[in-house]
Amino acid sequence: MAKVVFPDHLLTHTGGEREIEVAVANYRDLLVALEARWPGVREPLNKAAVAIDGQIYQDAFLEPIGADSEVFFMSRIEGG
Amino acid sequence: MAEAVDYRYVGTRPVRPDGVDKVTGRAQFGADQNLPNMLHGRVLRSPHAHARIKKVDVSKALAMDGIHAAVSGADFPAVASGEIGGEGGGDVADIACNIMARDKALYHGHAVAAVAATSVEIAERALEAIEVEYEALPPVLDVLEAMAPDATLLDENCFTKNLPEKPDKPSNIASVMVLARGDLEAGFEQADVVVEGEYRIPMAHQGYIEPHACTATVNEEGKATVWCCTQGHFEFRAMTSKILNWKIGDLKFVASEIGGGFGGKTVVYLEPVAVMLSKHAGRPVKMVMSREEVFRATGPTSGSVCRVKVGAQKDGKITAAKAWLAYEAGAFAGAPVMPGAMSIFAPYEIENFLVEGHDVLVNKPKVAAYRAPGAPQAMHAFEVALDDIARQIGMDPLDLRMANAADEGTQAPYGPKFPAIGFKACLEAAKKHPNYTKPVPEGAGRGVAAGFWFNIGMQSSAEVRINEDGTVIVMEGSPDIGGSRASMGLMAAETLGVPYEQIKTYVGDTESTGFCNVTGGSRTTFATGLAVVQACEDIIAQCKSRAAATWSMDEDQVEWEDGQAVPAPGVNADVKPLSLADIAASAPKTGGPILGRASLNAQGAGASFSVNFADLKVDPETGAVEVLSFTGIQDAGKAIHPAYVEGQMQGGAAQGLGWALNEEYIYDANGVMENAGFLDYRVPVASDLPMIDTEIVEVPNPSHPYGVRGVGETPIVAPLAVAANAVRDATGTRINDLPLSPPRILAALGDD
Repeated sequence: MAKVVFPDHLLTHTGGEREIEVAVANYRDLLVALEARWPGVREPLNKAAVAIDGQIYQDAFLEPIGADSEVFFMSRIEGG
Repeated sequence: MAEAVDYRYVGTRPVRPDGVDKVTGRAQFGADQNLPNMLHGRVLRSPHAHARIKKVDVSKALAMDGIHAAVSGADFPAVASGEIGGEGGGDVADIACNIMARDKALYHGHAVAAVAATSVEIAERALEAIEVEYEALPPVLDVLEAMAPDATLLDENCFTKNLPEKPDKPSNIASVMVLARGDLEAGFEQADVVVEGEYRIPMAHQGYIEPHACTATVNEEGKATVWCCTQGHFEFRAMTSKILNWKIGDLKFVASEIGGGFGGKTVVYLEPVAVMLSKHAGRPVKMVMSREEVFRATGPTSGSVCRVKVGAQKDGKITAAKAWLAYEAGAFAGAPVMPGAMSIFAPYEIENFLVEGHDVLVNKPKVAAYRAPGAPQAMHAFEVALDDIARQIGMDPLDLRMANAADEGTQAPYGPKFPAIGFKACLEAAKKHPNYTKPVPEGAGRGVAAGFWFNIGMQSSAEVRINEDGTVIVMEGSPDIGGSRASMGLMAAETLGVPYEQIKTYVGDTESTGFCNVTGGSRTTFATGLAVVQACEDIIAQCKSRAAATWSMDEDQVEWEDGQAVPAPGVNADVKPLSLADIAASAPKTGGPILGRASLNAQGAGASFSVNFADLKVDPETGAVEVLSFTGIQDAGKAIHPAYVEGQMQGGAAQGLGWALNEEYIYDANGVMENAGFLDYRVPVASDLPMIDTEIVEVPNPSHPYGVRGVGETPIVAPLAVAANAVRDATGTRINDLPLSPPRILAALGDD
């Protein structure tokens, strides 16, 4: 099961749950699973960046998520 | 650490392709576009820092000879809240109200009306004829006062975001955020020493030399072309589209050469106004800001108050760290406090920490991105506190940082584990650098600090076109601020295996090349470079295919070596290799013109770490600081054009030192900036600084074919604390606030 962690500012959308475990094949499936669990969560997650196994994606889509993967949602980074 | 790779073109230092045009004055910047029958637009700006706008009447201005258009907030459509993809500078509804105030003026200099006239002089006279009725309100100028429960509100509809429940009352605190891990109390209990401090930094401007400028023309079919200096013409087009409620397809944006941006040219100010004026006038309209307007009405970076508490053991191990950050957003929400909070502890492995951040409205210009937005303020506070820890436990400041340094596998404070990073390599390089091993000059002080920036990827497109003679055109859409055309050319040369001189790189307008996000976030060499490499690989695949067809071979029997198609090893064929020029010459018979392309949303931008140190001397009589030497060490992943990487490091150091030593927005009690010009807002000039020494560390980013990490932003982060720590070392007095200007230093030394 992949570990999925949410930052503080998204906890209002996850019923306060900071960390869960999910079995999915890729990021698209993860979003589907999370939306099923917390309807409406997809919108704020689409505005977030996500790190999968240390690699930060501003816009993830089909990136694979394995049984041992660590997935961290985080604020999108901008820059100057 | 990955092994260094030697390349033929990547890593060399050819003369920049735009260099000659820039030194001869041939290069076209934002204000250089002129069209027949062109009018000149000027903006009327609020004399109040905070006021309700009761009425704006432009009729008397419109009646004047030579005036062809006059507009105010009422002429612009209402804009729904939303974000522009990528780097939009905040909510588009806020940007719309920032470029032209509607019911409230929120800072001194806020645009309230604009005119277009046959000359600048007539336009300025017409501004005086515009009647505006204001109801002045008390300005809110201090970030802490703005946070008070009884503070005057800038926006009665601003309810603090990210709280567990929507608050009962509106507030100037637009949002809050928290990052936490571990057990803070237990961490501090393990500490042998604890340092605590409050650190204030006033607003500072990006200080680009070229003021904002654009020319817009709207034709009879209602389609507009806009020439402007911008870090991202595609996003300027998108913002203008949203603000004016026009179709994107009816707007064409052309990016000029750009005289600096540093984040400040990622958001529109003039462009939608110029389009609106041109539409009303039926003639082209040019708008050019004065330096004073640039200071008063374009994005500075946040002023900040940061409170830090850090505990460490005698061996240097940090046991706990706590930070409280309050950033000025200016007139609209969007201070870069989140990246500040995410970066403050990023170079270190800390088990127990808490960061609380606050995005706070004040009656000052809406902030815009400025190199590593948010990181310098927060990291200044922590790096200064670390310096005090090092002093208390008697440890070399580099050793203290090494004892806590993040490395591959370290859980970053903002969540994920770091992939390969170069912080330890930078610390090691600093420790043995001759500028560090030599003694501190007599009477001077030495300061050390670390820097960090995440870097981003985002969307980029590139086309590579092979001319009939085998010369190469690279077309992409990232405005070249830091030498990216040279870097694109070098990566294309390396990938194709043809000489760099054979390649020309162009930045196309929004209708001649595919979408590219802004040149910002240190993304261009990484992401647009990735698109260029992939477009070149597309060319190579096509060339191999054409060679295979020419030789009656299968495609997998052909390889691409040193810029030519050759039979693969083991393929027995008596054929002469076909160069790019050979294949281009025969292109009409092998399928037509050769065009490669790539478009992507680049992921995996590698973070860039830095270590900086400097020797500074303080004149005890005047309080002036002399920078004797400054050394920047930074991980570039792979420096495609090392001179440009060094230039970024030197430029960031100069800007960071300016911010540390002199630059600040000074306001009177009415919220009027008192130093809106380069005479009184003092950026460093050449005579203020020594040559900045640089050392590029290369720990390749595995997500880029040449290992590139963005380098543009990290260099501004560390110099603030470097200066503060060096002044502490030189004087024995710790000054928490910036800038370390002569009056502040004299006052601090006098207090002792």
